[in-house]
Amino acid sequence: MCGIVGLFFKNAEREPELGQLFAPMLETMCGRGPDSAGFAVYDAEAPAGAIKASLQHPDPGYDWAPLAARLGATRVTRNATHALFVGPGDEAALRATVAEAAPDVTVMSVGRRIQIMKETGTPQEVVERFGVRGMRGSHAIGHTRMATESAVTTAGSHPFSTGMDLCLVHNGSLSNHNRLRANLRREGITFATENDTEVAAGYLTWRLRQGYALKDALEAGLRDLDGFFTFAIGTADGFAVLRDPIACKPAVMAETDDYVAMASEYRSLAGLPGIAAARLWEPEPGVVYSWSRA
Amino acid sequence: MKTFDLETDTVRVVNATLHAPEGEMEFQIRNPRGAHALAVGLYAPLRVTVRGHAGYYCAGMNQLATVVVEGNAGTGVGENMMSGLVHVRGNASQSAGATAHGGLLVIDGDASARCGISMKGVDIVVKGSVGHMSAFMGQAGNLVVCGDAGEALGDSVYEARLFVRGRVAGLGADCVEKEMRAEHLEWLAAALERAGASFRPEDFRRYGSARNLYTFKIDNAARY
Repeated sequence: MCGIVGLFFKNAEREPELGQLFAPMLETMCGRGPDSAGFAVYDAEAPAGAIKASLQHPDPGYDWAPLAARLGATRVTRNATHALFVGPGDEAALRATVAEAAPDVTVMSVGRRIQIMKETGTPQEVVERFGVRGMRGSHAIGHTRMATESAVTTAGSHPFSTGMDLCLVHNGSLSNHNRLRANLRREGITFATENDTEVAAGYLTWRLRQGYALKDALEAGLRDLDGFFTFAIGTADGFAVLRDPIACKPAVMAETDDYVAMASEYRSLAGLPGIAAARLWEPEPGVVYSWSRA
Repeated sequence: MKTFDLETDTVRVVNATLHAPEGEMEFQIRNPRGAHALAVGLYAPLRVTVRGHAGYYCAGMNQLATVVVEGNAGTGVGENMMSGLVHVRGNASQSAGATAHGGLLVIDGDASARCGISMKGVDIVVKGSVGHMSAFMGQAGNLVVCGDAGEALGDSVYEARLFVRGRVAGLGADCVEKEMRAEHLEWLAAALERAGASFRPEDFRRYGSARNLYTFKIDNAARY
């Protein structure tokens, strides 16, 4: 069992409130996932020609300066075990440099707007550690984990990055992840863990690389991914939700003029403003739902 | 009427009080905020109103009591209920009325997947539609759907009776349409009235087990 949540603002006015509204959604899902938690926040775009990278090292006192110098970062912001790098470059070059210069550093996300942070511990601990309540942005997705398929580690926590500004959280378990991982490796996709969700993330990366639109990639996933899943997917300007056709893993959605929110359970939506008048529904099995800002 | 407020009261206190009501017969629960296991295991003819959305397993194992949810209900509302009435004014999530043995479960809106899974004698009336795999392995009782039914209705059904007014996306293994006889129309009219659903029994179709799956045929003995 795991808990997943997502909150997407339809307009810019509420952006300063993102952390305040999102943090309790994540904390409420502790009962579904008490061993680790993580989230992706989408905030202001990096300056022209620059990218954002969320990097992690297990030591909160890690000296990021040498890596910052190697990457030519123009801004480095430490947040607990993570650091947000902003600077010129592209994803492939950044990943290659980090792998070579600092192999004990993990790249959590790369993009123009995305920032992923995740750690072991209860959702409450993770929310406090990273100061989620103070965060702003247009949307966020999060995950609280009760591990079933692989170890309780930071690397096994969600979200999993699926390429520039894309990430995935998953409630469920995939049964064909070993074969699919082997197939995707032959296609040039790299994997850092034995985690099943990372395979789903890698699958989406591969499909998008083939030129599929996100919606088409997810629909192809309905054929190629075997197992139980409710996914929430973050994109640079929106998010998507997909449940497998059997739909054992729960999801409930709420929509108002201001936001679209999803959660494993209504409990996580109960504190949102205007929820009493919101349209509430359970996403249909095997149907891709997606939102983006015009 | 006694009022609980889940802003301050815990679910444990609410249920403990409902299990030992000490003469009070009417209760309401404010600010449920999707809390799980509200009003479960009641065994007296109480009337409990949940003023908002309930979480998982609301009114599970109910005996004799009337539980009304003035909102939506999460997974497993009325699961394993034995008697009494559970009435959801909004929509119900998955597995509504799962394994329930008796009583009446009314859902004014839609119920999602697996409504009435393994039902064992309960009557379920859904005024909207139901999701896939509803009445899966239903053993006894009646599922009445005033809207549409999703894929694999009545898969591996035993002796539960299924009535659907709208479109059936597909029948599950060993589930077939059956003749609607006078006794069924009569039963259906009474059930719709009990549930406060103003639909004509003649507009429903009846489905049930073809009895090829769960009955052993001696002709097949050599195949094993």
